[in-house]
Amino acid sequence: MSTKTNTENHIANECPYNGSLPEVEVKIKLTADKIEKIDAICRSFDNDPGELINVLHETQSEFGYLPAEVQDVIAQNLRIPVAQVYGVVSFYSFFTMTPKGEHPISICLGTACYVRGSEKILEEFKKELKIEVGETTPDGKFSINCLRCVGACGLAPVVMVGERVFGRVSPEGVKQIIAEYNN
Amino acid sequence: MHILVCDGTGCRSSQSGLISEMFRDELLRKGLKNEVQVIRTGCFGFCEKGPIVKILPDNTFYTQVRPEDTAEIIDEHIIKGRKVTRLLYLDPDTQEYVSDSKHMGFYKKQLRVALRNCGLIDPENIDEAIARDAYQALGKVLSEYTPEQTIDIIKRSGLRGRGGAGFPTGLKWEITGKNPADRKYVVCNADEGDPGAFMDRSILEGDPHSVLEAMAICGYCIGASNGLIYVRAEYPLAVKRLKVAIEQAHQYGLLGEHIFGTDFSFDIKLRYGAGAFVCGEETALIHSMEGKRGEPTNKPPFPSQSGYLGKPTNVNNVETFANVPVIILKGAEWFSSIGTEKSKGTKVFALAGKINNVGLIEVPMGTTLREIIFEIGGGIKNGKKFKAIQTGGPSGGCLTEKHLDTPIDYESLTAAGSMMGSGGMIVLDEDDCMVSVAKYYLGFIVEESCGKCAPCRIGNKRLYEILERITKGKAVPEDLDKLRNLCNVIRDTALCGLGQTSPNPVLSTLNNFIEEYEEHVFEKKCRSGQCHDLLYYVIDEEECTGCGACKRVCPVNAISGEKKQPHIIDQKICIKCGSCMEKCQFDAINLKNEYKSTTVSV
Ligand SMILES: Cc1cc2nc3c(=O)[nH]c(=O)nc-3n(C[C@H](O)[C@H](O)[C@H](O)COP(=O)(O)O)c2cc1C
Ligand code: SF4
Ligand code: SF4
Ligand code: SF4
Ligand code: FES
Ligand code: FES
Repeated sequence: MSTKTNTENHIANECPYNGSLPEVEVKIKLTADKIEKIDAICRSFDNDPGELINVLHETQSEFGYLPAEVQDVIAQNLRIPVAQVYGVVSFYSFFTMTPKGEHPISICLGTACYVRGSEKILEEFKKELKIEVGETTPDGKFSINCLRCVGACGLAPVVMVGERVFGRVSPEGVKQIIAEYNN
Repeated sequence: MHILVCDGTGCRSSQSGLISEMFRDELLRKGLKNEVQVIRTGCFGFCEKGPIVKILPDNTFYTQVRPEDTAEIIDEHIIKGRKVTRLLYLDPDTQEYVSDSKHMGFYKKQLRVALRNCGLIDPENIDEAIARDAYQALGKVLSEYTPEQTIDIIKRSGLRGRGGAGFPTGLKWEITGKNPADRKYVVCNADEGDPGAFMDRSILEGDPHSVLEAMAICGYCIGASNGLIYVRAEYPLAVKRLKVAIEQAHQYGLLGEHIFGTDFSFDIKLRYGAGAFVCGEETALIHSMEGKRGEPTNKPPFPSQSGYLGKPTNVNNVETFANVPVIILKGAEWFSSIGTEKSKGTKVFALAGKINNVGLIEVPMGTTLREIIFEIGGGIKNGKKFKAIQTGGPSGGCLTEKHLDTPIDYESLTAAGSMMGSGGMIVLDEDDCMVSVAKYYLGFIVEESCGKCAPCRIGNKRLYEILERITKGKAVPEDLDKLRNLCNVIRDTALCGLGQTSPNPVLSTLNNFIEEYEEHVFEKKCRSGQCHDLLYYVIDEEECTGCGACKRVCPVNAISGEKKQPHIIDQKICIKCGSCMEKCQFDAINLKNEYKSTTVSV
């Protein structure tokens, strides 16, 4: 879900006429130690292009997301076109090109949660935080994502904030969850 | 004595981690640390009533335990030998407390083969697995049987793939084994993408060694010394436990070089999925393991001919593997005595939705849906009426009342218009709109289609749009025919299993619930009131005082009426903003799924 918006963001950023679009600029300058960090991750996988997905997993857990510059460095190390790296990053919804919030909120839209009303929960989060799925609040505190079944269907509908699981969430409970992280 | 605390994902989410710590602290304080052991186990299955705590040897099964209950359990049960009645399971029918899980409706009809160790052992301690016979089957195979003999046992057992398609496992091993290639691979498919299913995850989290052992047995049979497990990155706990299990197996010489002192060597590595449903399809999975986009390719060549890195590869599902060691130890005849004529053994299902006992169950093939829903599942939540059960996830379909006595096996589910799939079972009640359910699955498919072939990429999007029109009340009668035709085209022309089965949720609801579709299309009515666009703001003539407040607030002047006379909403003009309902102080305005067309023109 998030990748689609990210793809659009990315294209929008490349477009010279997008001055009026409100997209967040994700371009960052990589410092030397960050590049060194990526190099080290690639080296730990012998710079093997077959390990691309593992490299991306490690890099994302290190940086939190995979901006274009990081993909550049990875492509150089594994000696593959950056388009191939981007192709993989954009294919898999687990990889993201925008930084997540300090408290990433994931709403389960698996079937068990869906039939117990998770769409209403999602709407409530969007309304309360005034952001869409795949976006981060301007203060960087929260981001919303969806996932499919966290394996706690007995507690449906389920919401995760970071690693923590909230079960049997009601639309009214949404405010409480946000408040808990908002001070 | 042992205190088993469920450490499955469901119970962990309701603080089971803290519960086991508090048990340990309390035992330490009472000086019982050496007499009583606290063990964190995998999922017991009864997640609905979690966190679960079980006391051995007396088999007392406590439900919905909270951290503050731990001291009482230690004082009363462990020290004084008195059960804490209020934490026992209350049988809803007899209103009696049941202390042994054997006597609970939820467990009575279950038979645990693949889940045999889940909820009994600490998955991070290989000694406990070994005490329950782990790696004995591997030892037996390596010392007593040739690969051919082993394959013959699996073939005779009748075991079929649990990943969905139901291909005979022994036959698959034989085909891959006969390939003369120098290098071959054993792959375990742990991608479990069906949204709302957690069977494989529970096996990996509760009993990882059963899968490792079976992969090694498979390696011996087909002549492979490398195994790969493709596991979802979204399953961090399963990943962690697999890593621990692989390392412990290495330490014990049960994986690695010269296993049990024989010539056979076998090693297992992990590969991570990254959130793409289509990667559960075996050719896509293999591409993903090679570091590429997970797009499927045409079969043939099958993975058994050309798979990972172009080498013959045997792909099996987690649950398929988990059955293998028991078959070797107990014999093909034992296994094939369970189940139906063509479907042997048991099947694990993740039972969820509008049902009282949500959880993980394992039943012999041939059990009926009625038994699962009303005996094991304890019936429909809140006394509502059963409407449908969805099996097989996005590739499956919805079955109804008339299918309740169908014995579950691969053939009968397919004949009924659904499929076994990997084991998701979602129960729906009278409040669920079947068109919306079909739309939900299509939404999932549209998001997960890899985009490689047009029927799936474009066709499913069109299907979704038609369904959306229907739920919004904008459909025309021809849309129903279009829907069915398009379904058939996609099914017949898509490249991989994802697209070929994606119309199933639509077709099965069209076949079983055509009247609901027709109501949406012709009467603009959703009987369950789920489709917001088909709800109407209606003024109750009896309650309306004619105060006129609603009329003033309506942004489109849809409301008319004389002062002190009942007002009326013109449905043709109303944009359903809800302002009038909020404003009315007499609760005279309600949301209804139909309105009397005699009073208002449409
Ligand atoms: C779209 C799609 C998704 C699939 N997802 C899974 C899955 O999550 N887990 C799985 O074991 N098999 C899945 N399969 C089936 C695999 O392609 C393959 O048949 C299976 O892993 C073979 O193992 P088995 O014979 O033990 O069932 C999927 C198939 C398709 C077409
Ligand atoms: S059917 Fe769908 S998922 Fe399969 S190859 Fe075609 S586009 Fe991809
Ligand atoms: S606000 Fe309520 S009571 Fe007043 S006219 Fe409207 S419907 Fe009737
Ligand atoms: S719902 Fe909105 S548009 Fe419709 S009648 Fe009430 S106020 Fe008017
Ligand atoms: S569907 Fe949400 S936890 Fe399983
Ligand atoms: S997670 Fe504890 S019973 Fe399923």
